[in-house]
Amino acid sequence: MDFLRPASWEEALAAKAEHPSAVPIAGGTDVMVEINFDHRRPEYLLDLNRVADLYEWETGEDTVRLGASVPYTKIMENLRSELPGLALASHTVASPQIRNRGGVGGNLGTASPAGDAHPALLAAGAEVEAESVRGSRRIPIDDFYTGVKRNALAPDELIRAVHIKKADGPQQYSKVGTRNAMVIAVCAFGLALHPGTRTVRTGIGSAAPTPVRATVAEDFLNAALEEGGFWDNGKIITPSVAKEFAGLCAAACNPIDDVRGTASYRRHAVGVMARRTLTWTWESYRGARRTSEGAA
Amino acid sequence: MRVNLTVNGRPQEADDVWEGESLLYVLRERLGLPGSKNACEQGECGSCTVRLDGVPVCACLVAAGQAEGREVVTVEGLAEYARQRSSGDAGDTPDLAPIQQAFIDAGAVQCGFCTPGLLVAADEMLEHNPDPSDADIREALSGNLCRCTGYEKIMDAVRLAAARQQEAV
Amino acid sequence: MPTNGAPTKITQGSQTKGGVGESTLRPDGTLKVTGEFAYSSDLWHEDMLWGQILRSTVAHAEIVSLDTSEALATPGVYAVMTYDDLPTDVKNYGLEIQDTPVLAHGKVRHHGEPVAIVAADHPETARRAAAKIKVEYRELPVITDESSATAPDAVLVHENRTDHHIGHVPHPNIVHRQPIVRGDAAAAAERADVIVKGEYTFGMQDQAFLGPESGLAVPEEDGGVHLYIATQWLHSDLRQIAPVLGLPPEKVRMTLAGVGGAFGGREDLSMQIHACLLALRTGKPVKIVYNRFESFFGHVHRHPAKLSYEHGATRDGKLTHVTCRIVLDGGAYASASPAVVGNAASLGIGPYAVDDVDIEAIALYTNNPPCGAMRGFGAVQACFAYEAQMDKVAEELGLDPVEFRQRNAMEQGTLLPTGQPVDSPAPVAELLRRVKAMPMPPERQWESSEGADVRQLPGGLSNTTHGEGVVRGVGYAVGIKNVGFSEGFDDYSTARVRLEAVAGEAVVTVHTAMAEVGQGGVTVHAQIARTELGVAQVTIHPANTEVGSAGSTSASRQTYVTGGAVKNACELVRERVLEIGRRKFGTYHPAWATAELLLEGGKVVTDGGEVLADLVDVLGEEAVEVEEEWRHRPTEPFDLRTGQGNGHVQYSFAAHRAVVEVDTELGLVKVIELACAQDVGKALNPLSVLGQIQGGTTQGLGIAVMEEIIVDPRTAKVKNPSFTDYLIPTILDTPTIPVDVLELADDHAPYGLRGVGEAPTLSSTPAVLAAIRAATGLELNRTPVRPEHLTGTA
Repeated sequence: MDFLRPASWEEALAAKAEHPSAVPIAGGTDVMVEINFDHRRPEYLLDLNRVADLYEWETGEDTVRLGASVPYTKIMENLRSELPGLALASHTVASPQIRNRGGVGGNLGTASPAGDAHPALLAAGAEVEAESVRGSRRIPIDDFYTGVKRNALAPDELIRAVHIKKADGPQQYSKVGTRNAMVIAVCAFGLALHPGTRTVRTGIGSAAPTPVRATVAEDFLNAALEEGGFWDNGKIITPSVAKEFAGLCAAACNPIDDVRGTASYRRHAVGVMARRTLTWTWESYRGARRTSEGAA
Repeated sequence: MRVNLTVNGRPQEADDVWEGESLLYVLRERLGLPGSKNACEQGECGSCTVRLDGVPVCACLVAAGQAEGREVVTVEGLAEYARQRSSGDAGDTPDLAPIQQAFIDAGAVQCGFCTPGLLVAADEMLEHNPDPSDADIREALSGNLCRCTGYEKIMDAVRLAAARQQEAV
Repeated sequence: MPTNGAPTKITQGSQTKGGVGESTLRPDGTLKVTGEFAYSSDLWHEDMLWGQILRSTVAHAEIVSLDTSEALATPGVYAVMTYDDLPTDVKNYGLEIQDTPVLAHGKVRHHGEPVAIVAADHPETARRAAAKIKVEYRELPVITDESSATAPDAVLVHENRTDHHIGHVPHPNIVHRQPIVRGDAAAAAERADVIVKGEYTFGMQDQAFLGPESGLAVPEEDGGVHLYIATQWLHSDLRQIAPVLGLPPEKVRMTLAGVGGAFGGREDLSMQIHACLLALRTGKPVKIVYNRFESFFGHVHRHPAKLSYEHGATRDGKLTHVTCRIVLDGGAYASASPAVVGNAASLGIGPYAVDDVDIEAIALYTNNPPCGAMRGFGAVQACFAYEAQMDKVAEELGLDPVEFRQRNAMEQGTLLPTGQPVDSPAPVAELLRRVKAMPMPPERQWESSEGADVRQLPGGLSNTTHGEGVVRGVGYAVGIKNVGFSEGFDDYSTARVRLEAVAGEAVVTVHTAMAEVGQGGVTVHAQIARTELGVAQVTIHPANTEVGSAGSTSASRQTYVTGGAVKNACELVRERVLEIGRRKFGTYHPAWATAELLLEGGKVVTDGGEVLADLVDVLGEEAVEVEEEWRHRPTEPFDLRTGQGNGHVQYSFAAHRAVVEVDTELGLVKVIELACAQDVGKALNPLSVLGQIQGGTTQGLGIAVMEEIIVDPRTAKVKNPSFTDYLIPTILDTPTIPVDVLELADDHAPYGLRGVGEAPTLSSTPAVLAAIRAATGLELNRTPVRPEHLTGTA
């Protein structure tokens, strides 16, 4: 095993180009487990800790450019208003110690369906900035997950940043685990209201081979909200609509039975989380509307 | 490979480090600092918690090479670290950090294997949150498993350390 | 320090400072908080090698071929050993039945069985070399449950059994069977107004001690070996290790290294023999440290169980009879299974007075992971089931579950199903009364001005509910655990106590082989010595095999038995000191001959308080040292046919009240409070007593809602050997645990004490289950209960 220690992004890209089998390691919270337990012996470890700009973020007009290695703790502490869904998701990651090391780049690189960030990224809308010595490209998050623990990266590419749409409405995130802290998701659900475009987006974790959106459920809800004039009248969402939405979210799952939970439970739980997160976000949207109307 | 780092204020050098070694292994087996514990080696127990450039992390998940040039504080250096934080004066201050003394006094130590990691994590929490609620303590320590105590005495110890810290101010 | 305003009623006070009854602090506390305490995995030796074990990847198979040549040729590798390299004819070990191969011989019987061992200069070298060992398996059908074990054509897990149980078991795949019959359950059933039946399943729990199995074996010049090891019983290890090495016991020196928790998981050997074999083979010190993955294969677990119960009761709430059948899965090797069977059977109906009882308990041999000792030892599984039954019967009768239990609670003098009278206080009804009387935690604690605090809700930080679907439930349970080794075992301990004057001060040294595993035995020994010898300064000598056996740190027995041995040795030392005093100073004061004399504050005093001499002057240059074995009252085996016999020496009782909040839609549970009332006889160290009760309670909580080793029923392979998927409670899962300690002396025991450690692990689990049932209305016949069981999605 060789340990590559690039001091800059350019050096990192060059190293990855030269050794496409090199395994990038940043927070180490996935890679080191595999090494400690003898599950993986990569030829090269590519340490990204010295690439400083991976730890930075910039808030632009419409998006946040989040460096791949920005630790979850920083997201929780600093980006709660811009990226509320991801901030909530970050808070559910493992333990404080892990949140101090791990970042979204690792979740994307591993592309485990259980990665906590995925549902929040899917719901918010995001693009992955991937780069190699050949150049840089933006991969829409919807196209990023290609299979169980597989992603759209080319062997010579590294994840530099994620461009995430700034929240234009309430966002929520829920995760079911069989412990009240430090737990891997049995399943997870992210939901974002986008009042600007009058759309709702979702993300489901750990209930299909890849993280997925519940697009049929989104389409249903978008149409129902439009039809009922909900975005304008700010009424409580009809229980039958919420129920149908929850059912469609559950139907979007394609889960398995494993030691963490049954497929049937995952479907059920995603439905419950979908209904609850919709209620929470919609209540928050209505509250914000009333406040702004009152101010006006 | 060779790794240079600063541990508990002292520059250290480890030679012939295997590339897959963790910072935890280097501390325990190469630098004679076995205080950080090896309970799970998968980031699921917190018993190897150290501060890496001030931030609590699981030493088992830091590749040794990633620690190059960085500052590490382990339980062995916790008393000195707390001393410097509180006064910078080594005068007649006690040999233990307040959190260490509180763990002894409250009966928070049984087998003690989780203790070093808990101490580092709890000390860091009190640094930022000197008056934590019970829920704050539980959240901050939710990455540190203990199998002996049922956590009640650990809660008592952190409350005690916080109270003593406030009295001292 | 009080726990959250909970009533902690412990009487304090003792004549001597730091003596029995005071919450003195741990002597090893400072070392443990500074990181200087040397656990078995912390040891290091110049020129040391690392040992690695190759384990079977299948559960049941013949080993067709085994090729170590490539591993042996790896640079940095010093030795590779297999069954063929074992030095003597003794190739098996075991606690009671020597059925466990040191290294697999032609066959493996469970997933993760040791097949070969490697010593190399770095752990990675050893791992890579082990991976190069080629093993060809021919898989055999797996035995995984009672029906596959006892089928007419079942493959035998162990052929040609010669152990002493084979004569009375109905099938060679049954390790041991213990029936207990008293009265006439069938006739009594005729009198019952209600009869309640239930089938229960108890999952496989892991001790999950945090300090992994580890130790260092150092070869010695005389051809022997010195093993520094984390264990629960040095002499039991020694008895099993030495014959395999072909060494006389005196050439196998053992010193207790720091132990990172045990809970039963270190009663059996793990890497002890392997490290010694490699050290003797290479002539170099060898260290072995399991990682967490390997630890799940490296020790026995708590027996999973299937339990069938029938309870009958009359309309006025009196139990008529209980019948039960308890099937424990012992896995591939016997370990402590026979004794676990005896416990499950004899304590199978719980702390209740029932005249007509018909019990059967068995342990199976299967190809599942071996199971043996874990805190509660057979009594835990039974308590989960009989307490569920008690709630069901109460409901049938329309009685309050606590009231129903109290009406049937045993008392001092009640006969156990074994016919043995309980001859010390049995405050079962009182403990229930106390735990019920404790103030209830406030409702909706999670509500705050800033909305719901998810940390206090089911789901915790995962943000699954802000109060939706959350229902509170309350449940009660009580249990009975035997203390000490039962069934005629010669359960003794040895203590060596030395009293001398050093630099003008009297100093006591207490030397035992007791394994301090975190429970605080070392604290208590010093307290006993202070109380008995009136000396402030007590040194606890490191535990090793230079002194006689202390017996196991298990069965809640060490404070009783080794504590008793220390007390006894101190008393003998005191007699000798007083003899010296009489000889030296008797002529100066008549009280030497006439008064009751005590040692207090470093002086010889009369019971009236008059000081006769300084201990230092009495001792002079002389050191007084006594090493003596001490036994509790003998017990008898249970009759193999009827189960009758005075098999137990003492009992420990605890009751719990669990308050839970369940997210009934998602099936997530938050335990809000787990109140406990326990009789400890006498709290030698109140702070340690609370620590034991709260720790035991939390392990019971774990098996109630999350902890389970999952074994694939098709392959008998373990599916979750890691802390990622075997979950133990975090501090956010663990509630406040107010404790009400009762001290009713057992006059047969030193200071009247009762073993404390295990009882709270019994009743905690059924109390939590009862509370979840109350919140959900579900029947819940298995533990742990998982979200799918609460949501109809299993």
